[in-house]
Amino acid sequence: MSTPSDFTQTIGLTTQEVFVTQEPGSTKVMRLEDVTVTFRGRPAVRGVTFDAYEKEVTALIGPSGSGKTTLLRALNRMHDTERSARVTGRIMLGDTSVNDKSTDPTLLRSRVGMVFQRPNPFPTMSIYDNAVAGLRFNGVRKKSLLDEAAESSLVAAALWDSVRERLKVSASTLSGGEQQRLCIARALAVEPEVLLMDEPTSALDPIATKRIEELIGELKDRVTIIIVTHNMQQAMRVSDRCAFLLMAEDRSGELIEYAPTSKLFSEPDDPRTLDYVHGRFG
Amino acid sequence: MTTLSFDSSLDPILSRRAEIQKIASASVKRRKVYSKIGIALCLLCLVVACVPLLAIIGYTVAKGLPAWNSAFFTQVTKPEGIPNGGLWNAIVGSLIIDAVAVAVTVPFGVLGGLFLAESDGPIASAVRYAADVLTGVPSITVGIFGYIIWVKTVGSYSGYAGAFAIGIIMVPVIMRAAETALRGVPTNLYEAGLALGARKATVARRVTLPVALPGLITGVLLAVARGAGETAPLIFTIFGNQFMQTNPSKPMEALPLAIYSYSSQPYNDLVQIAWGGALLLMMVILILNVGARLVSARLRRERR
Repeated sequence: MSTPSDFTQTIGLTTQEVFVTQEPGSTKVMRLEDVTVTFRGRPAVRGVTFDAYEKEVTALIGPSGSGKTTLLRALNRMHDTERSARVTGRIMLGDTSVNDKSTDPTLLRSRVGMVFQRPNPFPTMSIYDNAVAGLRFNGVRKKSLLDEAAESSLVAAALWDSVRERLKVSASTLSGGEQQRLCIARALAVEPEVLLMDEPTSALDPIATKRIEELIGELKDRVTIIIVTHNMQQAMRVSDRCAFLLMAEDRSGELIEYAPTSKLFSEPDDPRTLDYVHGRFG
Repeated sequence: MTTLSFDSSLDPILSRRAEIQKIASASVKRRKVYSKIGIALCLLCLVVACVPLLAIIGYTVAKGLPAWNSAFFTQVTKPEGIPNGGLWNAIVGSLIIDAVAVAVTVPFGVLGGLFLAESDGPIASAVRYAADVLTGVPSITVGIFGYIIWVKTVGSYSGYAGAFAIGIIMVPVIMRAAETALRGVPTNLYEAGLALGARKATVARRVTLPVALPGLITGVLLAVARGAGETAPLIFTIFGNQFMQTNPSKPMEALPLAIYSYSSQPYNDLVQIAWGGALLLMMVILILNVGARLVSARLRRERR
């Protein structure tokens, strides 16, 4: 823990430029600059700056209350549904400013998909209808495109072989793990550029969790993944980069450190990160 | 398998992404129009649904407010032609009858609701079904029932008979509301109590009931609002009384009954008093309803 590295991590930008030179050729898909989310004027997470890279998995880790999920939901405008929430700062998806008033949230969300904590397939729809729901919502009617996307996303979600014979069956007949993979397929079918995952395995048993984790590794060639997890081992297993958030004294979360996962878990710059990844608190 | 090409036409996923995004942005205008139409329809239906309500309130206020003078609240009803009559006797009568009804039905309703919430056996489902049927029974039937069971047996019309009939209207409402409120208490709190060695009754009294209290109060207030507005059960039971009567074992007057009998009189004074009574009753019921919401919202907030 030398002083210069402490210094670089306090001004986020410098740290990231170091990474860019470390890994040339990787493209920034999502860029966050000084992002703050407030509820009724009280910041829940504040001043977060980092970039998510193409074909990578970025994990947000930290104890409860550190604002991981709040931050994640800012990335596809889910806070629009909460009247008291305000998002400030800059979030860029390619050339699109996510938080800009002129950006249509529905079009944005077709580019930034989301998978939730608990599997939430639409209970009145069949497996096939669930898989193509996002496409239909977005005005796609062409049967060939629907079929193609359904197969491709169900294959990608490692579900195709077990459901190809019963695509017309209700999605609620699937097991919890299968339902979550169907939700992943549903999100993938729209072919988003970024997939947000909010603790996608917290409601699943260890075996189903393992399958989802394997899946995440296979998916990152297809879509950039940003995942919230409370499980450090999971972050270590699935992510390429890690953002560590912590609740500050004013009870709002802030980014402590953002680094390649291997570095963050072995030789982080910030002593608080070291304490956390070694399980000394949180 | 994705290829590592930068030409999107060679990569099936990139080309599909381009096609989907093209369709999505082409259809976004149409979808926005549909969305606007949908919201407009919702608002329209909301307005249509609210018009009768607001019309009733507005009309009653306009007609009833002129009747509100000091005599209205302090004098008993005078025979037609004699000025300065009021509804004081009906106000007092309603208060007494409803108070008696509440005092008797709340324990029955809440304890019955507790039984329904704790039990899923055949008795509970029979009681639940009976309560639901009773909620739907026409109130005039309840009035006749009160007449046969109470007035005929005791041999006279009385405030108690009215309270009995009103209570029959209120019990199933309180019971079902109490059941819902008590079922809303998380099982893990109940189990936490049991795991400390408490008996079922102790857990119900010390843990479950306090947590369910906002819902219980709401249920009771709504039941009172329901009962206080009923006319038909009173017609056959309290008979009506133009004089002040505070003894519930004698025939009494009550607001709904007074409104019912005076509004059909050919005398302007009495019709005027009926409008005043209608306004008063409406305000009381409105306040009870709003109060029920406020109480439960407040208790729930304090608990956090």
